[in-house]
Amino acid sequence: MKNSIRPQHPDITAEIWDTIDEIISKWKNTPGSVIPVLRECQEVVRYLPSELLMYISRGMGLPLSQVFGVATFYSFFSLTPKGRHNIKVCTGTACYVKGIKETINRIYGKYNLKEGGTTEDRRFSMEGVRCLGACGLAPVMVVNKDIYGAVSADKVVQILEKYE
Amino acid sequence: MNQIRLQLMLCGGTGCDSTGSEKVRIALLHEIEKQGLSGEVGIVVTGCNGFCAVGPVMVVQPEGIFYQKIQPEDAAELVESHFLKGIPVQRLMYKNPANKKIIPKMDDIPFFSSQLFRAMRNKGFIDPEVIEDYIARDGYFAASKALNEMSPDDIIKEMLESGLRGRGGAGFPAGMKWRFAKEAQGDVKYVLCNADEGDPGAFMDRSILESDPHSVIEGMIIAAKAINAHKGYIYCRSEYPLAVKRLNIAIDQAKNYGLLGEDILGSGFEFDVEVYQGAGAFVCGEETALMRSIEGKRGMPIPRPPFPAHKGLWKKPTILNNVETLANVPQIILKGGKWYASVGTANSKGTKVFALSGDVCNIGLVEVPMGTTIRKLVYDIGGGVPDKRKFKAVQLGGPSGGCVPEQYLDTPIDYEEISKVGAIMGSGGAIVMDNTTCMVDMARYFMDFIQDESCGKCTPCREGTKRILTLLENMCKGKGQPGDIEQLEELCEVVKHSSLCGLGQTASNPVLSTLKYFRDEYESHIFDKTCPAKTCPALVKFEVEPNKCKMCGLCFKGCPAEAIKWEKKSVAVIDKTKCIKCMSCYDKCKFDAIM
Repeated sequence: MKNSIRPQHPDITAEIWDTIDEIISKWKNTPGSVIPVLRECQEVVRYLPSELLMYISRGMGLPLSQVFGVATFYSFFSLTPKGRHNIKVCTGTACYVKGIKETINRIYGKYNLKEGGTTEDRRFSMEGVRCLGACGLAPVMVVNKDIYGAVSADKVVQILEKYE
Repeated sequence: MNQIRLQLMLCGGTGCDSTGSEKVRIALLHEIEKQGLSGEVGIVVTGCNGFCAVGPVMVVQPEGIFYQKIQPEDAAELVESHFLKGIPVQRLMYKNPANKKIIPKMDDIPFFSSQLFRAMRNKGFIDPEVIEDYIARDGYFAASKALNEMSPDDIIKEMLESGLRGRGGAGFPAGMKWRFAKEAQGDVKYVLCNADEGDPGAFMDRSILESDPHSVIEGMIIAAKAINAHKGYIYCRSEYPLAVKRLNIAIDQAKNYGLLGEDILGSGFEFDVEVYQGAGAFVCGEETALMRSIEGKRGMPIPRPPFPAHKGLWKKPTILNNVETLANVPQIILKGGKWYASVGTANSKGTKVFALSGDVCNIGLVEVPMGTTIRKLVYDIGGGVPDKRKFKAVQLGGPSGGCVPEQYLDTPIDYEEISKVGAIMGSGGAIVMDNTTCMVDMARYFMDFIQDESCGKCTPCREGTKRILTLLENMCKGKGQPGDIEQLEELCEVVKHSSLCGLGQTASNPVLSTLKYFRDEYESHIFDKTCPAKTCPALVKFEVEPNKCKMCGLCFKGCPAEAIKWEKKSVAVIDKTKCIKCMSCYDKCKFDAIM
């Protein structure tokens, strides 16, 4: 499928638009496939800018309200750019009892980074996630795909400094 | 060819993986090769062993010797001493914390010896990515029996006889659900597996999917036969990448063996399963919301009736069972409903898996027969509260559940008995809390969670949880007013009775149960403006009590804001203009001198 009008966007190159077209044509005829389409598009662009949502809506033949509704309902999808390194802090009960709050405060103190935010230099973005199911390691933090257990406030900065 | 003499069952669950079990595997492999034992000693990477607290763990079979906290550096000693010379390495064995005695065998360790494995019977014995391992432990025998020898009514009869109730939390008899869907009219029906384990502090389903994915698939095949469905979905959270990966491997293998697809095992029955990944919404654990999500919509619940058994996914008759429920099904079909019902209490049969975490020595996954007391769960299996602190409560059932305080620890694990004391069985999260946990803050935490996860469709849940949260936040900030407790109780009742789905109907449970047992803590927050557990930073003064200060300087060294002045042999002083109230001085102080 070639979608005639490709909007201009600084974060999406022509090659990425090609990949997006492939994703849309792969799922177009599967009912209920908005979530996998958004997931795969977010994997290539790293977030879902509004131009992309409009493009998906046209390509899938679905109302923009439905695409936008789904994209804003699920916490997995982000409509704002992410940092180079994505920090996930677990805010599940076990991590909470074991002191993730202090760890989050320390990250805020050091990088001026809040849950759901991105640092100005786009080095880090941080999101609070509901239980990662690794309560044995509480408090847990995931940076990109690396899992860190027993992340106390004292240890966290040392870990994050490894990510440039 | 040499015969395998020893099998090393190395845990590769999420917990052990992040503490480095993969590096241990490579190191062990290297050492085994170096000593020329490649043909005699095999390594199997298993799913979650359950004893996550001491990972990475490994069990050496057939001896059953249990090693804990293995590091890559230990590989040489293990291979040379144990696997070559036959002298097990005591240094890496489990020590009983009570008497410091070494317990070499897994079955003798109290954490394991009080458990009964049914849903988790294969954990640690099979490689979850190898279907032959599962088949070797009677895997897919039950599916074969159900497809070739039993009628749908026979299957439902066994299920009813087993007394198996939904392990997702609500406890609805699984057999009855299946019967409704079987009787429902329709040519297209669906079997769904709920693997959207959203309760914070619960990881039973993740472990089952990671350690034994085929048992869930087999359970679904049997369910499909019972209701005559030909398509199934496993709705799995995207936070569980390893579980998704292993499920997909398992489905591919089952298809290659003719255990999924057309004409399964020559029975003429057709069934196919697909994994559907969630996108991070707690409410999608609710059955109608989950079905909307698979349809590609916002995961919002709809009123029942019509029940999913009549109009579910794409408005077709659908059954939805939890992972643990489905993992129990193959054995019920193979050994009979009577066998399954042989353990348990009058109304709760079989076993239940709990994810034990929080302030407890042995964090991990445990499976116990129904009727076991909560005390046994926390103390005998969990090893009690660490660091000589005092037990306060155990939270069961996550954001829909409640607390069980000390005086009710002898309550048996049973759907009805647990709800009598104000908690719920729930999906199996059991979070132990010691006396440093503030119960008002805990209620605030759960309400924050629920408020954030409320889908916003119905007003009582959307607005009510917001108002409850504001009240609790004010209390934690020291801005609580007289009358707040009464208002809280009223709001909780309204939200409970007028919300659309289970999320809202149970949302007030954590508040109501803490109010029931720890009302004095709420009162201290409002009237005395103090937090007895000293958890709420706004109610801690951040002053050093000179009489208690031992001038050790630990608080000074731990302060990230350089707000503490301290010199040797002098009492520390906190500069309140620099203090960021991070609590690190409070946590560091061993003498309780920070007020």
